Amino acid sequence: MSCCLPGLDLAKLASKLRDGARLMVGQGDYDAYVAHMRATHLGSPIMTREEFFLERQASRFGEGGRRALRCC
Amino acid sequence: MPASFLREKTSLAAFGWGAIFAISFFALYTLATARGEPVNAMWLVTAAIGIYAIGYRFYSRFIADAVLRLDASRRTPAHRRNDGLDYVPTDKWVLFGHHFAAIAGAGPLVGPVLAAQMGYLPGTLWLLTGVIFAGAVQDFLVLVISTRRDGRSLGDLIKTEMGHIPGVIAMVGILSIMIILLAVLALVVVKALADSPWGSFTVFATLPIAVFMGVYGRYIRPGRIGEMSIIGFVLLLASIAFGRNVAESATLAPLFTYKGETLAFMLIGYGFVASVLPVWLLLAPRDYLSTFLKIGTILSLALGIFVVWPDLKMPAVSRFVDGTGPAFAGSVFPFLFITIACGAVSGFHALVSSGTTPKMIADESQTRFIGYGAMLMESFVAIMALIAASVLEPGVYFAMNSAPAIIGATPETAAAAISSWGFAVTPETLAGVAQDVGEKSILSRTGGAPTLAVGMAHILSKVIGGSAAMSFWYHFAILFEALFILTTIDAGTRVARFMIQDFVGTFVPAFRNTQAWGPNLAATAVAVTGWGYFLYQGVIDPLGGINTLWPLFGIANQMLAAMALTLCTVVLFRMKRERYAFVAIIPTAWLYICTMTAGLEKIFHSDPKIGFLAHARKFAAAADTGQLLAPAKTLDQMHRIVFNDHVDAGLCAIYIVLVLSILGFAFSSIRQARACEAVTTRESEDELLPAGA
Repeated sequence: MSCCLPGLDLAKLASKLRDGARLMVGQGDYDAYVAHMRATHLGSPIMTREEFFLERQASRFGEGGRRALRCC
Repeated sequence: MPASFLREKTSLAAFGWGAIFAISFFALYTLATARGEPVNAMWLVTAAIGIYAIGYRFYSRFIADAVLRLDASRRTPAHRRNDGLDYVPTDKWVLFGHHFAAIAGAGPLVGPVLAAQMGYLPGTLWLLTGVIFAGAVQDFLVLVISTRRDGRSLGDLIKTEMGHIPGVIAMVGILSIMIILLAVLALVVVKALADSPWGSFTVFATLPIAVFMGVYGRYIRPGRIGEMSIIGFVLLLASIAFGRNVAESATLAPLFTYKGETLAFMLIGYGFVASVLPVWLLLAPRDYLSTFLKIGTILSLALGIFVVWPDLKMPAVSRFVDGTGPAFAGSVFPFLFITIACGAVSGFHALVSSGTTPKMIADESQTRFIGYGAMLMESFVAIMALIAASVLEPGVYFAMNSAPAIIGATPETAAAAISSWGFAVTPETLAGVAQDVGEKSILSRTGGAPTLAVGMAHILSKVIGGSAAMSFWYHFAILFEALFILTTIDAGTRVARFMIQDFVGTFVPAFRNTQAWGPNLAATAVAVTGWGYFLYQGVIDPLGGINTLWPLFGIANQMLAAMALTLCTVVLFRMKRERYAFVAIIPTAWLYICTMTAGLEKIFHSDPKIGFLAHARKFAAAADTGQLLAPAKTLDQMHRIVFNDHVDAGLCAIYIVLVLSILGFAFSSIRQARACEAVTTRESEDELLPAGA
């Protein structure tokens, strides 16, 4: 993909922007979660993408609720 | 590498930084010595960026290397406790975005707009020095301290480093600042929407839009944030465009025209309902919209300023440095430093820096970029807000930011009053601006948001659409501010509710159950009543309310920063790094000086515009002789105003007692730390090492 500028990987840039935008609203990286579960919790159930989304959404505003703290 | 090459590279770098120094200070000099004619905003942008670069390169590096000795090889909580959910090692650019989105809100936009009444220079100087030596330092230090202690929260850190009682004091402080924050933000929305059918319609339209997005994201296409946000955004733009028809329609306009009091009650009811509804229905989807809109608008404003190169019409220093200004009362010291909180230093950031961010730091050395760097960016947002307020004709600025009690209710009285202050303006200009932005009147639209919106419309319409698009951009800016303030109100009410449940739960354990409807509704009611009380009081205030509430909020926010920086000082002593403790002590001392002076003046100052007690005495004396002072229409209301003044004075007194007691505990912790030869603070690395892994 680095067609125009040497060292500029557009696909990587786009995926970082996407990850950044999702994390801004409290949605972490699903693939990293799956990789982590496979690596360290073999055998325990892994949430699907949709379950992960709902879990993160609930936890951002849920009990404690501090995750959604934002400045004035 | 040959030594000569290295020397050459070093001298080249030295030359480069020398040039940046020279350019920044020349830009500041140009800004400071401007007399009479308008200065281009690019001087302000140049000075700011140059000073941020210098501060980042030299001061934050000094803190990282010498003070904290950051170590990239040290394991962070994201690695040690990786759970794939909250604790995840995250790319530093992605995390920067997350952290910035969490610290940037309405604060850095409103404060500088109010401060512009003193001219652009005092605000600029405080924003730049404040962020380099106080704000960014606080965010950075707290982030590192929390990262080294498993990402614990500020209240927890104060508890473990200073003791149980200071921990409880900090929690009470955090809860009270939340309440005042929510009240003042709600007031900003009320002031922006009062008597504005266009604005009210678009903001109301966000409710069904968000609910649709929520249903879409839960049942139709689960988890597709991008899709639902784009749909939501398109619907939002449509609602802004249709808002004009509403405002111009004889049948629809009255349905969306509200007085401040009505809007206040609507917001209070809304806050209650929104914070007990399931989050996926309203809160989460609106959070997506407002977050992306916020980032997008900040970027477009930056782009607009870079393309348009607007002139600053506000003088460098206005006559209102003497404290007689209409937007807020009180002289430069201490009130400028209270008015501009976020953007220079904000205690609220200490909560974010000890919240989600430290749990995702992949490597300790990145805390400098994320903690210090994101705060520099927030400060730049504040600089842009200052620019947007200063590109307006000063006469227009003052017409928007003065209460009707001062300038009257018609363009004629306003123009006469403002011209008599030395800012020449005609009634036609004031009426013309109102017409350009599609409102009946722009007079007394206090609270900062409308001023910022006119300024942004002024800049952005020069990029897209020309003057015909002014009204669209104005309502776009109002919507953008209202949207993220409303999101803060529901999320904040929920946080306050959990804090109250937690607090009462220490005495009545059953109250902690967040699933039970009883405690849930009761705690929400307490939270909403808390901020609703101050909101209503602000709405009926003859001086516009912002006058009273913004300083209270500023004092609370800066006191929280003082507490956070006090914690940082204590930790540096306990780390045996007291040689370098001055990086935390200097901003702590300055914040104590400012907040103590401002707090005492707010209580005891003899001018009723500044001192709560003087104001109470004035109204009580009048009430005793049966006389009515505006806005009171009955003796009963006179007594209520006196009562409110005492509540405000009491709140200020509580803040002062809280922050002074934290100072007392800090001194005793520091004495203990100095008495001990060894390091007394506990970082999680040494706690967890024996466990292996």
